[in-house]
Amino acid sequence: MSALLEVNGLTKKFGGITAVNNCSFEVEEGSITALIGPNGSGKTTAFNIMTGYLKADSGSMNFRGKKIEEPNPARLYRSGLSRTFQQARIFPEISVLENLIVASGYSWKALFGSRTTKADRAQAGEMLEEFKLSTLADFYASELSYGQRKLLEFASVLMSSPKLVLLDEPTAGVNPVMIETMERHIRERNEAGVTFLIVEHDMQLVMRLCNPVIVLDRGAMIARGTPVEVQNNPQVLDAYLGS
Amino acid sequence: MSKAGIIRASAFFGILALLPLGVKPQWVINLLIFTLMYAALASSWNLIGGYAGYPSLGHAAFFGFGAYFIGIIFENSVGNGYNPFFILPLVGLCAAIISIPIGFIAMKTRKDVFAIVTITLLFMVQTLAYNWRGLTGGAQGKGVAVPPFDPATFGRPYYYVMLILLLTAMSISMYFRRSKIGLSLAAVRADEDKAHGVGIQVTTVKIIAFALSVAIAAMVGAVWGYYEGFIYPQFAVDPLITIGMVLMTFLGGRATLWGPVLGAFILVPAQQYFSYEFGATQFYLLAYAAIFLVIMLVLPRGILPTLTDRIRLKAKIVAEANK
Ligand SMILES: Nc1ncnc2c1ncn2[C@@H]1O[C@H](COP(=O)(O)OP(=O)(O)OP(=O)(O)O)[C@@H](O)[C@H]1O
Ligand SMILES: [Mg+2]
Repeated sequence: MSALLEVNGLTKKFGGITAVNNCSFEVEEGSITALIGPNGSGKTTAFNIMTGYLKADSGSMNFRGKKIEEPNPARLYRSGLSRTFQQARIFPEISVLENLIVASGYSWKALFGSRTTKADRAQAGEMLEEFKLSTLADFYASELSYGQRKLLEFASVLMSSPKLVLLDEPTAGVNPVMIETMERHIRERNEAGVTFLIVEHDMQLVMRLCNPVIVLDRGAMIARGTPVEVQNNPQVLDAYLGS
Repeated sequence: MSKAGIIRASAFFGILALLPLGVKPQWVINLLIFTLMYAALASSWNLIGGYAGYPSLGHAAFFGFGAYFIGIIFENSVGNGYNPFFILPLVGLCAAIISIPIGFIAMKTRKDVFAIVTITLLFMVQTLAYNWRGLTGGAQGKGVAVPPFDPATFGRPYYYVMLILLLTAMSISMYFRRSKIGLSLAAVRADEDKAHGVGIQVTTVKIIAFALSVAIAAMVGAVWGYYEGFIYPQFAVDPLITIGMVLMTFLGGRATLWGPVLGAFILVPAQQYFSYEFGATQFYLLAYAAIFLVIMLVLPRGILPTLTDRIRLKAKIVAEANK
């Protein structure tokens, strides 16, 4: 297997604190990789850097074998790197259907075309089917429950047919049924060829779903291995208990 | 556009097109011209302030630009009187071109900071208008040649041109709503970083909205300058004009097709009435602000969005009950 995403020596400081500290790891194509670590260990910051939302102080990144010189969120997204947020971010004032269409990664030429073309509606319709959201298609996204919003955000970033999806705590704050639903969608999409990098605090879910697991502590990678290996790694136990 | 929408728009513009033929008093035509002017300004402001969520306070700078454009070219002669109207597309084009670098820089800031940056632009242009005497006549103002229109129907050409500008602004507004420009702008308004993160060309759509918005404002300013016949810096580049279009859009409802028009049709006559009641004192401004405050407290999102929400809610309750 080859690395779909590779980060080298990422560092990001906020004033006095070093959120990400000389961090390097890779995500293999076809995997569901977990990125875990105690609160404040820099997982979200690493996501922000990899998706171009934040500029790193130093370090480099390769995606699909190409060095990304200046990570730009829009360009990365259109080239196959999607992400969701720890606090689901959807567009509340447009419909569920339009939330999907707006995230389909259309070119600037399409701006002048119809708001929702037949092809858009067909594509979004399939996604709604897959995620069992069809009955909510015409609701404003603001009318959804928190769990439904997380699901919608996940579905919407799949609209651009990404190669790699970064999920930041996809199951935090959602009910157990929704956790199962989320897990099923991740598996199905992974079988269809999408690679995942998932930040997750639910260790049972990580054990069931992910391999390998990467552990961050104070901004640096301290362990990488199968879920069982990581679970028995004394350094990892230390990081979780000692902090 | 839905069938009801087409009927509504046709009726609205049909009635307005016929109105001057029936209504004779000069003051009524004058009031209507100003109402149409503000309706067009508010509709144009809505493109950037409503759909994109960028509350520009600098639009009066472009309004003034349009006014001086006409003043400078047509200082000595307007021929048969219609020439300035034919120049309008050029005025709009020039404003749009100038606005691209300005918008590009100003829209690196957001919300309140953007408002401050754009109002700074307004004061810069006002200062320029006061001091570039060779071009603008400074505080003495700039006269436009008087057109050979029949005094009995003097206002009519201005009225119809304002009506066409309103139609243009509303057509662009409609186009935004029906194209991916509007969809993209809705995303930008809600969460610009996220919009950028799902591949939307945020800078492109913002610039399109800003350029079209100020192009209309400049053309309206051009017609205003011509209609007034004399262009003074304090009136041509006036914060009150900016405030007017913002208030009307807020009142009627941001990011709606009819909201800004509704706002103008309420506030312009109200303002005229108050300024008549309270004479030359500035008290009318207080009354004007008071109406606005009351309505915003009762209907914080503006008239139309609040109403459509209520209707939607009712429909939902009815649908639930029928299940
Ligand atoms: N924009 C910011 N400004 C200042 N400090 C920040 C900022 N973002 C993150 N930090 C700090 O950087 C550190 C890493 O935060 P980050 O959000 O990346 O952690 P995390 O691993 O995602 O934590 P959690 O599991 O709680 O989500 C924390 O100490 C946090 O307070
Ligand atoms: Mg986090």
